[in-house]
Amino acid sequence: MSHEHPHEHGHAPLSDLEARALAIESLLVEKGLITSDAVDRHVYRYEHDIGPVIGARVVARAWSDPAFKDRLLADGTAAIAELGIESPDLHLEVVENQPGVHNLVVCTLCSCYPWYLLGLPPVWYKSAPYRSRAVIEPRAVLHEFGLDIPDETQVKVWDSSADLRYLVLPERPEGSEGWPEERLAALVSRDAMIGTGIVAIPEAVRP
Amino acid sequence: MNEAHDLGGQHGHGRVVAEKNEPVFHEPWEGRVHALMNLARRAGLFNLDEMRRTIEQMPPAEYLRASYFERWLDALERLIAEKGGEPIKPSSSPTTRPPLDAHFKVGDQVRTRNANPRHHTRLARYARGKSGVVELIHGPYPLPDVRAYGKALTWQPVYTVRFRAQELWGGEGDPHDSVSIDLWEEYLE
Repeated sequence: MSHEHPHEHGHAPLSDLEARALAIESLLVEKGLITSDAVDRHVYRYEHDIGPVIGARVVARAWSDPAFKDRLLADGTAAIAELGIESPDLHLEVVENQPGVHNLVVCTLCSCYPWYLLGLPPVWYKSAPYRSRAVIEPRAVLHEFGLDIPDETQVKVWDSSADLRYLVLPERPEGSEGWPEERLAALVSRDAMIGTGIVAIPEAVRP
Repeated sequence: MNEAHDLGGQHGHGRVVAEKNEPVFHEPWEGRVHALMNLARRAGLFNLDEMRRTIEQMPPAEYLRASYFERWLDALERLIAEKGGEPIKPSSSPTTRPPLDAHFKVGDQVRTRNANPRHHTRLARYARGKSGVVELIHGPYPLPDVRAYGKALTWQPVYTVRFRAQELWGGEGDPHDSVSIDLWEEYLE
């Protein structure tokens, strides 16, 4: 996608940040460590190929196939490999929401996130407000996302600080019995797999 | 090091603001920087812990003011300056993982060290000197405290340790809630 090169627009002067990024790219290309084509392909992949639809497919399979769900909870890395999804040297731990248990994932130290299932994290996930508050006042954070967790429900926060990545397996919504996997997957949002959302059938789709 | 990145439990950062229909990258340079960081790392210029250590070395006021990709850009510049733009020697590249030799088992009560090391570490401040229960055992994985300086890999088991919210936050914690944290063996006693 060479047309996306900032330096090839040619008209507006480069901003300071653009110029600095370009200087690094030029240096690494000159040293033979990378190619600009590889940079283009990387950007394209993250903008078009990798995103929450991959994680949603895993969730829909787990809802549809109890044996797969058991394997997914026992060894997430091996189970997603069955679906052709690789987790590059990072172990996947899948944590299940159930009546009385709500899981929430954060990385207080940086931005650890199962990008190979969900794409790159949104800005809020990497922001100081989320990273500071998710561990000390998860219920207040969830309230801001529109989730009011009942007092007696246990909120389990997972601060991913090592080589593990966490995916929340949300509860399957009532009324979705018998739905095919593709239809189920379309219900599953990124936030539901982080734990800042739940899965619901939109009003318009309900009978 | 007790630097600005160690945000868990801080007050005053405000509400979590989610952007509707957020693009993957807000500006083309962000995508370039994301690619450069990953490709340079894969080319062996630096490892993941060196990258994190460098991001964390940004002066605290700058760290908090900068956007995520501004931090990455700043770290890339400093990593390249530090490394002279040459790949690191093969001896510090990943080696074979040894078998897991875990000192603790699932269900063990453990306590995190109360330490304030002057080097990169992944033991967050809010979880130091706290008591929890081993929930899961993984790895072994290279100890970040060592790998962050490009030294030979030190492999240790990683434990997911569950802490009651009230152990971490006292009366401010909800009695129903918990925080589980992934911790290298050396962080526990």
